[in-house]
Order: sequence, then C-alpha cells, then structure tokens
Amino acid sequence: MNEELGIRNEPLLQVSNLRQHFKISRSFTVKAVNNVSFEIYPGETYGLVGESGSGKTTIGRSIIRLYDPTDGKIIFNYSDISGDLDNKTRRMLRKNMQMIFQDPMSSLNPRKKIGDIIGEGLDIFKLYSNLKERNQIIGDILKKVGLSPAHAERYPQQFSGGQRQRVGIARALVMNPKLIIADECISALDVSIQAQVVNLMKDIQDETKCAYLFIAHDLSMVKYISDRIGVLHKGYLVETGSTKDIFSNPVHPYTQSLLSAVPQPNPAVEKNRRLIPYDASKVDYEKCSWHQVSGMHFVLN
Amino acid sequence: MENILSIKNLDITFRTNAGNIHAIRGVDIYLPTGKTVALVGESGSGKSVTMKAVVGLLDSNAIINSGNIFYKAIDLLTLPKKELRQKINGQQIAMVFQDPMTSLNPTMQIGDQITEAMFLHKKISKADAQQKALELLNLVGIIDAEKRMKNYPHQLSGGMRQRVVIAIALSCEPKILICDEPTTALDVTVQARILDLIKDIQAQMGLSVIYITHDLGVVAKVADFVNVMYAGKIIETGTVEEIFYDPRHPYTWGLLSAMPDLETDDDRLYSIPGSPPNLLHEPKGDAFAARNKFAMKIDMEAEPPMFKISETHYAATWLLHPDAPKVELPPELKSRLQRARKAAENQL
Ligand SMILES: Nc1ncnc2c1ncn2[C@@H]1O[C@H](COP(=O)(O)OP(=O)(O)OP(=O)(O)O)[C@@H](O)[C@H]1O
Ligand SMILES: Nc1ncnc2c1ncn2[C@@H]1O[C@H](COP(=O)(O)OP(=O)(O)OP(=O)(O)O)[C@@H](O)[C@H]1O
Ligand SMILES: [Mg+2]
Ligand SMILES: [Mg+2]
Repeated sequence: MNEELGIRNEPLLQVSNLRQHFKISRSFTVKAVNNVSFEIYPGETYGLVGESGSGKTTIGRSIIRLYDPTDGKIIFNYSDISGDLDNKTRRMLRKNMQMIFQDPMSSLNPRKKIGDIIGEGLDIFKLYSNLKERNQIIGDILKKVGLSPAHAERYPQQFSGGQRQRVGIARALVMNPKLIIADECISALDVSIQAQVVNLMKDIQDETKCAYLFIAHDLSMVKYISDRIGVLHKGYLVETGSTKDIFSNPVHPYTQSLLSAVPQPNPAVEKNRRLIPYDASKVDYEKCSWHQVSGMHFVLN
Repeated sequence: MENILSIKNLDITFRTNAGNIHAIRGVDIYLPTGKTVALVGESGSGKSVTMKAVVGLLDSNAIINSGNIFYKAIDLLTLPKKELRQKINGQQIAMVFQDPMTSLNPTMQIGDQITEAMFLHKKISKADAQQKALELLNLVGIIDAEKRMKNYPHQLSGGMRQRVVIAIALSCEPKILICDEPTTALDVTVQARILDLIKDIQAQMGLSVIYITHDLGVVAKVADFVNVMYAGKIIETGTVEEIFYDPRHPYTWGLLSAMPDLETDDDRLYSIPGSPPNLLHEPKGDAFAARNKFAMKIDMEAEPPMFKISETHYAATWLLHPDAPKVELPPELKSRLQRARKAAENQL
C-alpha cells in the first residue's frame, strides 16, 4: 500500500543526511548516527532494525528533538524541525509527534499517578472540556492497552514491567499524534499482549492514519507490522526496502546475518542453529554509496 | 537430579490503598543444578515478584504469607536480611533485573560499578578488578570496552546497559544466575551472543540459571525446563520439548498461538481474548476460566490441581481430569505444532 502512497503523497517525515555525534571527552566522540536518510509517509509503518548500539534510539530522539542534530535536515509535517525551534513549531511537534520510550521505568515520573502521567499532554493542550471528560479519555485509553481505568490511581512502581510499558503506550496514543516513534515498545510484553498491542496499533492507524517509526529487535514482529524497513549498522543505514524486499531478498550481508539469527519457537531447531557471521571491520561505510536494487529497495555498498 | 534452588508453595500479598493484591498464590519452582529453567507467562502474572522474593528484594508493602525458598539446604526466607545480603546475594545468587536503569547508578561510571560489585564480595586488588571488568565487558560484546568503562549509564544504548548489568551479575561468579528479561532490548545477533556466553559459563562452572522471558524463541534456545505462570500460579511445567511439542494447558496453547513466526501473514495476530483476573478480588475456580473457551462448569467452581502427564510434565487444567471430554486443539495451533515437530524431525 505504501508504494502507491509514496507516489501520491508527500512524506510526513523526511530525514536527510542526519548525523548525531556525542563528544564524550577530548579524544573520544561517539558517532552514533551517520548520514542517515529515509522518509515516512502518512499512515505508514517504517520499521527500524539493527544491532544494539547501532543508533536506533538516537535517531528517534534526534527526530523528536531531544537532541540537537549535529548535521542534516529533518522535515516534519511541512516544517523544518532540524534547527532552532520557535514556539509555534515546538508546540506543533509536541502535539503531533510522540515517542514511546525503551526504558519504561525511567520515562515515568515515580511521584505521579498513572492518570496524571497519561493526562499530561491532554492538560497542556486542553484537549477536554471538563474533568469528567478527561477521566473518561484516560479510562478509555487504559482499557484499550489492556489495563483498567482503576489503574489511573496507581503509581508506576506498583506495576509490572509490561504494565508500565503499556502506560507509556497509552500516554503516546492518547494524543492522537501524526507520528509515533515506538522504541522497543512491545519487547517487555508477553506474546499475547504483544499481539493485542500490535493489533491495537494497527486499528488506531486505520482509524487516525497515523504513521509509526517502529524500532524493534524482534524481526518476526517487525516483519508483521511494517510496510517498509530500514536496516541500521554502526550508525549507517545499510539497506531499506519494502518488508517483502528485505525478507525475501536481503542483499546486504549484514541484513542476511541479522535474518539468520531470528530465534524460532522450536527447541530442536534452536539447538542446531547456525548463524551467518558478518565481519564489518574492513568496510568503511563512509565511502559507500546507495544502489537501487528495485523499486524502493536500496542497498549501501 | 539435585535441585540447587527449590521454591515451595510461595504465597505473597501486596497491601495497597485499594486493598490487598494476592499476587503469588502458591508457587512451586525447582531449579536442578547446572540446568536452565525458563519462567514464561502473562505480563503481571508474578514472575518478577517471585524472583525478587528469592533475592530478598520485595517491595516494602509485600507480605509473605507462606512458603519456603531453599538454596541447597538453607531456607532463604528464614535468613535475616543482612545475612542474605552478605552471604548469598551477589555471591551465590545474582539477579539481572528487568529494567537495567533501576540497577545502575546514573552518577557513577560503569567501570566503577562493575568493580564495586567485586570489592563488595571478594578480596581482590584494584588492578585485578579493573582487568576483570574489562574482560567481562569484552565477553558481553561491548566494543571499545576500555573507553566505555568511563561512560555513564545514559551515554550507553539500552542494550549496552543491559549487558553492563549482566557483566556485574557475572563478576562475582555466582552459583545461580536469575535473569529477568535480560535480552529484551538486544538485537538478535547480540542476544545470541549473550545466550551463548551464559551457556559457556554454565558448561565451565556448572552455573544454574533461571530465565524470565516473553520470547519463546529464546526459551526454545536456552531452556531445559519451562514453567508457565498465570495469575500468580504455575499452571504448566515440563521439559522444553514437552511444552513446545505437546502443551496441555489452554493458556499455553494461547501463548504458542500468539507468537508470529516468520510464516505468519494473517491480517491480525491471535491474542488470548479477555484480560487477566484482578487479584484484588480473587476469582473463584480456575483463574483462567473466563478466557478459556474449553472451560467447563467445574472451572467456575474449583481450582484444578496439577495433573501429572509424565515424570516431568504437569498441568493445572480440568481438561486433564479422566472424566473430562476430549477436546480438539485449535486448528491453527495444531498445524503449527505439526510444523514444529516436523522441523524438529528434520534436524535429526
Ligand atoms: N546521550 C548520549 N551521550 C553519549 N553517547 C550516547 C548518548 N546516547 C547514545 N549514545 C551512544 O550512541 C550509540 C547509539 O546508541 P543508541 O541508543 O541509539 O543505540 P540503539 O540502536 O538504540 O541500541 P539498543 O538496541 O541497544 O537500544 C551508542 O554507542 C551509545 O553509547
Ligand atoms: N509494590 C507493589 N504493590 C502492589 N502491587 C504490586 C507491586 N509490585 C508488583 N505488584 C503487582 O503484582 C503483580 C505481579 O507483578 P510482577 O512484576 O511479578 O509481574 P511479571 O510477571 O514480572 O510481569 P511482566 O512480564 O510484565 O514483567 C502485578 O499485578 C503487579 O501489578
Ligand atoms: Mg535503543
Ligand atoms: Mg516482570
């Protein structure tokens, strides 16, 4: 569906040559994200996969402007959001882009009740006419993520890991944003609730046409939810294409290695599994360039 | 087989403003020496709480109503807190917590956090401790480990933090390692590496492992035995083969059906209908009954006991009662199990 969308629509988010570097000390700079370009169309789900430390979370945090990008351009909802933000743009961003954070505990204020954590955005933008309506909205979203309205009165530490994660999901969804950056938002959930949350995310997408940047390490889930996928390695995007392209015709050796490692729920198969190794020590991605494999399928080599 | 850890009839309640939550309702878990036992189940079913009871780190509003937790011959629940800390925790039993940020100190460099753990439990020189910390970071796959030792937790990615916590847990060479979702934030290649690392240590030093995870692929890879938990109880237990090829509890069926494999391309994923019971008001009968399409009248009235299927395989469902009607597995699951068994045969 996205391929048709791509021709007809303007992208909702366009990231061009993004770099995000962190200076740790005089002699040590972490080049977390390098020259990354991709776009997300309205109503689309773009999956971002790659090894731990490859820069997935950093990309999310740069886009939602928790960091000042070192270099590159980010256009969101027709506004340039890569430089200094004026008040109007900042407000637009806060309303239309939400992030579900990887670390549920550290992103929830332990002294606030769940209801107030979820209601914060509603309060800032006055998205209700009275208190009753506010509590109704909060209760509804709690139910949608598989919690109960009574949970609004509890504090974060009284929840299990997966329950907290769902609070983070509810906080993002309640704002009806145009783009949701979901950073490992289902990994702490049991498979049945994962399925429930993923189904819910799909329903909400059908209803509101929001787009997702879906960061995850579980490739079977990424495959299931994404329209297109980008594969990151060491801060570089090394391959991007439709979900079908990536899974049935992976071209980059890193993508191939990643796919060979997907665990299967089958003990006999798992105990005999062989991984395809990938050694990147000799490649310099900075010197590589993009090649089109087909349609929207591109690879860095 | 000797058990290095035996949890017997553990029962825990939390006091809250809203009332008492009966979170753990008589749990038995056995960890045979040198083996890996996986604990899977519904979010909120009590996996983390059970393991926190083992390491004596329950929240202050928890009440242990009954039960024993034997480490070898010592009942940990009878030890004073201080003794538990000094003699057992960290040294004999180490735990990797679900949320790495909660066990890392945000104001301390990670190198110091690893060596601090070693100083606490061992006589070791500063230089040796640093050397060992470096080795551990390398082992868990942190590149540029020497530079990374000077990083603060927020300067690391989620998966790197998780690996630091694993390194800390391994630093004191424990006898039992309890991992609560240790690889949730790790991509598949790093995850495979960590799992292999734990297996290597296990083979070398006879480490025993309890592994809490939602990822059934990981369970298939690491576990010798599997316990399935629901609403504060173990509802099925067996060898990993028994659970994956011949599951008997309808909740386990639901779990296995909900995980997409790379073949799945249905429009919607299967998810178990309904939601878990609110343990503020404990359900009568089988806690899973309301969500179980095979539920019978008795499920609403009485809790099923553990029925024995083999020496190692038990499940708590009335469907296993000799008088219960035979039920057909859901067709999707049936074909999936067939596929799995076939793939397994092809491995031989
Ligand atoms: N605030 C920061 N200060 C310094 N370095 C940082 C900061 N945030 C991230 N980094 C570094 O940037 C790199 C990419 O980290 P990032 O969190 O984006 O990885 P990731 O792909 O999300 O990994 P994971 O799957 O483990 O969560 C890592 O080397 C990390 O140490
Ligand atoms: N301090 C507390 N006060 C009240 N209730 C609590 C407290 N800690 C945990 N609980 C409740 O106990 C139950 C079990 O929690 P636990 O953290 O063990 O779940 P879990 O099985 O580890 O779930 P997850 O897979 O989501 O991490 C949950 O319903 C949770 O809300
Ligand atoms: Mg991350
Ligand atoms: Mg838990």
